[in-house]
Amino acid sequence: MTPLPYLQFLHASLPQVALDVAALIVLFTDLAIRKKSLRLRFSVATAIASAGCIVAIVLLLTAHSQVNLFDGMFVTTILSAHVQVAILALTIVTLVLSIDSSFTEHVGEFVVLVLLAVTGMMFLVSARNILITFVSLELLSLALYSLTGFDKRRPQSAEAALKYFLFGGISAAFLLYGFTLLYGIANSTNYAQIGAAVGASGLTPLVVVAMVTSIIGFGFKVAAAPLQFWAPDVYQAAPNPVAGFIGSSSKVASFFAFFVLMTSCYGAVGGSAAWENVHAGWVPVVAVVAALSMIVGNLGALAQSGLRRLLAYSAIAHAGYMLVAVVAHGADSLGTLLYYVTTYSVSVLGSFAVIHVVEESEGSDQLIHFNGLSRRAPLLSMCLFVFLLSQAGIPPLAGFFGKFFLFAAALRGADGSGLVWLVVLALAMSAVSLYYYLQVLKRVYVSEPPEIRGRLRTPRQMLTVIVLLAVVVVLAGALPETLVRWFGMIV
Amino acid sequence: MNAFPWLSLLTALPVVGAGVVLVAGARSDRAARFLSVGFAVGALCIALLLWHGFDVNVGGMQLVEQHAWVPALHIQYHLGIDGLGLSMLLLSAIVTLISLGASWKIEDRVPLYFALILLVEACLFGAFTALNFIHWFTFWELCLIPAFFLIKIWGGPRRTPAATQFLVYTMAGSVAMLLSFLAMYLAANTFEFEELATIAQSGRLLPSLAASSSWMHLTPEHLGLVIFAGVFLGFAVKVPVIPFHTWLPDTYAEAPTGTTILLTGAMSKMGLYGFLRILVPIFAPQMQSVLTPLLWMAVATVVLGSLSAMAQTDLKRIFAYSSINHLGYCLLGIFAAVRYAGSDAQLLTQRAAALSGTMLQMFNHGITAATIFWFVAILETRSGGARELSDFGGLRRNAPVLAGMMGIALFSSLGLPGLNGFISEFLIFKGAFPLATWATALCTIGLLITAVFILNVIQRVFSGPLQERHSNFLDLSGKEQMLLAPAIALMFLLGLDPQILLSHLNATVLQLTNTIKF
Amino acid sequence: MLAYTIYISFFGALVVLLMPKGSRMAIRTVALLCAIAGFALALTAFVQHGTGELTTVALAPWIPSLGIHYHLAADGITLCLVLLTGVVAIAGVLFSWNIEQRVNEFFAFYLLLIGSVYGVFLSYDLFLLFVFYEIVIVPKYFLIAIWGSTRREYGAMKLAIYSFVGSAMVLVGLIAAYVVAGSHSMDLAALASYRYPLHFQMWAFPLVFTGFAILAGLWPFHTWAPTGHVAAPTAASMLLAGVVMKLGAYGCLRVAMTLFPLGLSSWGFHVLGFGSWRDVFAVLAVIGILYGALVALVQSDFKFVIGYSSVSHMGFILLGLMTLNQIGITGAVVQMISHGLLAGLLFGVVGRMLYDRTHTRELGKLGPMNLSRALPFATVTFVLAGMASMGLPGFSGFVAELMILIGAWRVSPLLAIGVGLGIVTGVAYVWRAMQKAFFAEATTIIDPHPPAPITLPEKLGTGLLLASSIAVGLYPQMVLRLIAPALNTPLFSGLHGGGW
Repeated sequence: MTPLPYLQFLHASLPQVALDVAALIVLFTDLAIRKKSLRLRFSVATAIASAGCIVAIVLLLTAHSQVNLFDGMFVTTILSAHVQVAILALTIVTLVLSIDSSFTEHVGEFVVLVLLAVTGMMFLVSARNILITFVSLELLSLALYSLTGFDKRRPQSAEAALKYFLFGGISAAFLLYGFTLLYGIANSTNYAQIGAAVGASGLTPLVVVAMVTSIIGFGFKVAAAPLQFWAPDVYQAAPNPVAGFIGSSSKVASFFAFFVLMTSCYGAVGGSAAWENVHAGWVPVVAVVAALSMIVGNLGALAQSGLRRLLAYSAIAHAGYMLVAVVAHGADSLGTLLYYVTTYSVSVLGSFAVIHVVEESEGSDQLIHFNGLSRRAPLLSMCLFVFLLSQAGIPPLAGFFGKFFLFAAALRGADGSGLVWLVVLALAMSAVSLYYYLQVLKRVYVSEPPEIRGRLRTPRQMLTVIVLLAVVVVLAGALPETLVRWFGMIV
Repeated sequence: MNAFPWLSLLTALPVVGAGVVLVAGARSDRAARFLSVGFAVGALCIALLLWHGFDVNVGGMQLVEQHAWVPALHIQYHLGIDGLGLSMLLLSAIVTLISLGASWKIEDRVPLYFALILLVEACLFGAFTALNFIHWFTFWELCLIPAFFLIKIWGGPRRTPAATQFLVYTMAGSVAMLLSFLAMYLAANTFEFEELATIAQSGRLLPSLAASSSWMHLTPEHLGLVIFAGVFLGFAVKVPVIPFHTWLPDTYAEAPTGTTILLTGAMSKMGLYGFLRILVPIFAPQMQSVLTPLLWMAVATVVLGSLSAMAQTDLKRIFAYSSINHLGYCLLGIFAAVRYAGSDAQLLTQRAAALSGTMLQMFNHGITAATIFWFVAILETRSGGARELSDFGGLRRNAPVLAGMMGIALFSSLGLPGLNGFISEFLIFKGAFPLATWATALCTIGLLITAVFILNVIQRVFSGPLQERHSNFLDLSGKEQMLLAPAIALMFLLGLDPQILLSHLNATVLQLTNTIKF
Repeated sequence: MLAYTIYISFFGALVVLLMPKGSRMAIRTVALLCAIAGFALALTAFVQHGTGELTTVALAPWIPSLGIHYHLAADGITLCLVLLTGVVAIAGVLFSWNIEQRVNEFFAFYLLLIGSVYGVFLSYDLFLLFVFYEIVIVPKYFLIAIWGSTRREYGAMKLAIYSFVGSAMVLVGLIAAYVVAGSHSMDLAALASYRYPLHFQMWAFPLVFTGFAILAGLWPFHTWAPTGHVAAPTAASMLLAGVVMKLGAYGCLRVAMTLFPLGLSSWGFHVLGFGSWRDVFAVLAVIGILYGALVALVQSDFKFVIGYSSVSHMGFILLGLMTLNQIGITGAVVQMISHGLLAGLLFGVVGRMLYDRTHTRELGKLGPMNLSRALPFATVTFVLAGMASMGLPGFSGFVAELMILIGAWRVSPLLAIGVGLGIVTGVAYVWRAMQKAFFAEATTIIDPHPPAPITLPEKLGTGLLLASSIAVGLYPQMVLRLIAPALNTPLFSGLHGGGW
């Protein structure tokens, strides 16, 4: 056995190191200035953390080496680097959007937790080993649990955190159980070797259990039905930036990991979800989960009166759409999945930023407070318009292109046109989704504003970021070529 | 090929006139009246010019204008006139003038009224010159619109149902006709009247009809009859032929009198024109195969029309039914002309007599009926709207000139020798008698009844005791006499020298008789 | 140059949005200028383009890795419809001259809608076409929801959802076609020349056709149309009935029928007397014609009369498409133009001239107002537009309905009889509405508050639409010369295999 190449590992994991260094600096700096105003503390912490992220991004983009260390525990490829860059970029936005927050006194801890979560995501993306996958997933999750409960002023926040933690703990236990079975089957923690062993053993009961528990573990992470119960409460009660964070960066990492896990470990026992040609395997299971998520998410969203819960249910629905790409697991499915999840994340972040502004002024995210928003804050409304319509899948916004690529990939995937049923269902459900998105926009544009309220005050840097996000959504749609190539969608 | 587009010019002139009247007449009603008369006179001048330049020896179309219009559907812009068309143009121009004269006292929305009259004139010109179905149908339909509004806006108390009835009946007829022509188009791939006639006469129409619209397993003969029925319905409503006439009395009675003049004088001729231009050349065999019912219809139109006229007490209704009755003679002439197959000389002569009588009758009835309604309008104006026979009496004493002139017109209608009505009716009976003896014989009853009710009118209106309220009833003024005199003169002229008109019709009649082949 | 119709409209939308709220006159003028510019470009192309064959307007790679191009092209059909859009757009601005509330947003949405409509007509890449097709939904929704009247939010939402469901169906078909054809290109010509397997066409055709036809008001998916039209502000209903419904019909012809022509061919068996999708859609179209006309006959709301008449007239278009012969399809295209102009005009009269002045659309209430005296211009306009829409010769409607009638007769006399009945009913409902609204026996004394006189913009808009309809009616060759060659391009040659 060759000596473990720690130096090489250090070199390859410099981005993660940069993040952690930034986290330490944030912690100490914040200690030094903790008598100062909350805004200043947030600004400083954000600046440092963002600097760390930017350093990480630069490192990722300049490092061209593709390494596979410790038997798949740490793998970097161009694609994983690109995914990590996307995660980091989304994180920066999340941090900048939190500058005006007032939900906590513990600024340093907040930012550090965010950075730790990001570190977890980055390891998750580069892991091809069930052990590391589990550990980084837990790192990510633990950070998110605490972040959810960060708003100590609101009991709901703590309640949501507890709920999130309990469900998360149980699903983590399932995942771990499954992983131990995998280890038992393959006598290895490496994806490739597990894949080979599973292929050799076929669809034994052991494999089935391992497979189902894996799906449960990740299904929880991405809030797919029927494991979605935590999502509405967390979206509702978590501090605003956290909700955006859970809905964006965390989604990107989890979906990437899920896709890689399913295709490499269970590649041989996929089965088929094609209409009238169903074969046992994980594909039909995920297909059912996807279909359920679309239905539950979209129908659930219809009944909501608060925008956060509405977005939570729509997140479940979107998880359903994205799972379609996993079901397809063809050559370009991963690329389209990443395109979708990234652009979706941008619009979710943007939506939560708008919610943040409205909440600061009105005290609640109830839809009624959005009445006549277009007259009180035209630019902000325009951005919300872009974010929501992008999620609804209206061209020329990114969401539409995401859907198009996704469904095209689904029909090109392993099961071919047998997946038409899933695509039809997804499109039918997206018609439902248009209804609730338009209901929100109707309040913004059609309803009369409350009389006593004047113009809505929007912090300048907040507005700048929101507008930037909107521009990204428009450009990623109108000129999708760059992003398409970025995620290596091959046709 | 294409001469100077006199016919297009003729059609366009009243349209322009209508526009000018609407715009320039908006300020002054007087200007609107005079402008419209000016344009109508202009149209009459063109018609007379055409009359003058018409080559009486040619039986076919003259002044032809032919351009591609919708090549995709083989629709052409195809205009031309023969003797029949020419006489109808002249009639329309004259009747329009009479109508304008009789409408002089209209006070409500004057420019619109006169513009609409000019539009009707334009449509008449268009319909009488078109040689392509689509082109012709356009004017045939468009004619309804101004007529409808004339009735609807300026009509009597029950104008709304009358106008609607008028429209619904004629529309229903038009749709039936349109469908029939479409069937023929699908078979023959043309909308040209002349081409359709040629194809029909060569016997190729029925087989191709059967091939293109093999519907309900009808034999080609029956299919031909169905198609014929559609076209017939369109014309029968317009003339009208009893039993398709029920719209007419109400409409004529409720329409403002100026409009009634136009309806009876010129528009009713569109139906007969259609019989001669379209039905006879294309559908002679079909007409012959159902001739007995057709002749019964003609008899009914003549006899029942006159009987109904006798039963009326309203002047306008009397002359409305009288109109039906007079046009019935034309039907008799037309139907009799297709009675027998063959082409021996005697048959041809009889046919020619019946057909020239028909054409002459169309013209004469137009002039006479228009003039009579004009007199009715005068009576109506002077008596404050009264039209009942019982409202009048003894007018001869106060208004001898009126009585005299109206008497002439009425006698013309009655068919007194020396006046225009006599010649045409005589020709029809002369030609029809050997061809369709029983029907002609029955129709003579109509002549008698007509005499009775017309004399009755003369007596009730002009003789007897003068009613109190008419004690200061004014006679025709000099101006009115001057205006009416030409119409009366025309009756005498055509009565004494029918050759003026017949000379222009002869070649056309010959051509038409030659087309009647089976 | 034609591509600038799109850019000018979008740019205009942006400019209008950024203009200060107060300067209403300036905003209207800018909107009008944009519309006129689009019209001028369309007219230039219409006049210059002699043959009607396909010419590329713009071509640039867009998402080259997926074979998607920014490809705009125009053939004769496109040119006619683009010109129609230009005309209706101008008229719509003129009829919206009295909008006072949130003017800049109104015209921004308006121009966005116009630009996207131009985009759909000009797109030759199916992906691009679909993008524009979906963009249309958004301004449509807001125009109705914000500036509409009766039950506007309901009407707007129904319209949006129906359109979206329709476009979702289209999207499924397009993606499937794209994937089945090998995913190299979304170009219409490339996709249309690919020979899809018969069984694939058999399900893809009805899917895509129905998807587009929903927007074209196909019975029984038409219910959005009357409610949407009634709820919409005048300009929006003009555009909606005038051009947006045409998008659906255009999609049916341009996409569904060219991609999947074999979907029209016989099933090989009969169910309830239907032997192919063509039979099914033809019968649905006839039902739509009759149903729309009959329902229009019993409405008491004037705008509903016009709304249902649109359903009826759109039925003619769909029937024309299903005749699958040159005359019938040409007739369908002419009917698109004709109905575009006339529906615009009718909605203009009812929505702008009457409703904005009398604040009622009940026929029973309009009658006693003696409108033929109070608003003679509106009366004359309605009479002329009504005549035209009932298919009176001399107006565009006649040519169109005649061609469709002939085309349908070639297929089956029974269809033709259905159409004939539809025409007769059409006469009846126009007549009834006219009688009741304008020529009812006036019982009231002179109204102390006479309605405001018709303004100049309204007169101009009316004149433009009427003149266009008469021009097409009197000289149909003007559009036929462009449509016929377009139908004979290889693009439509596949239809010969589908029963042409």
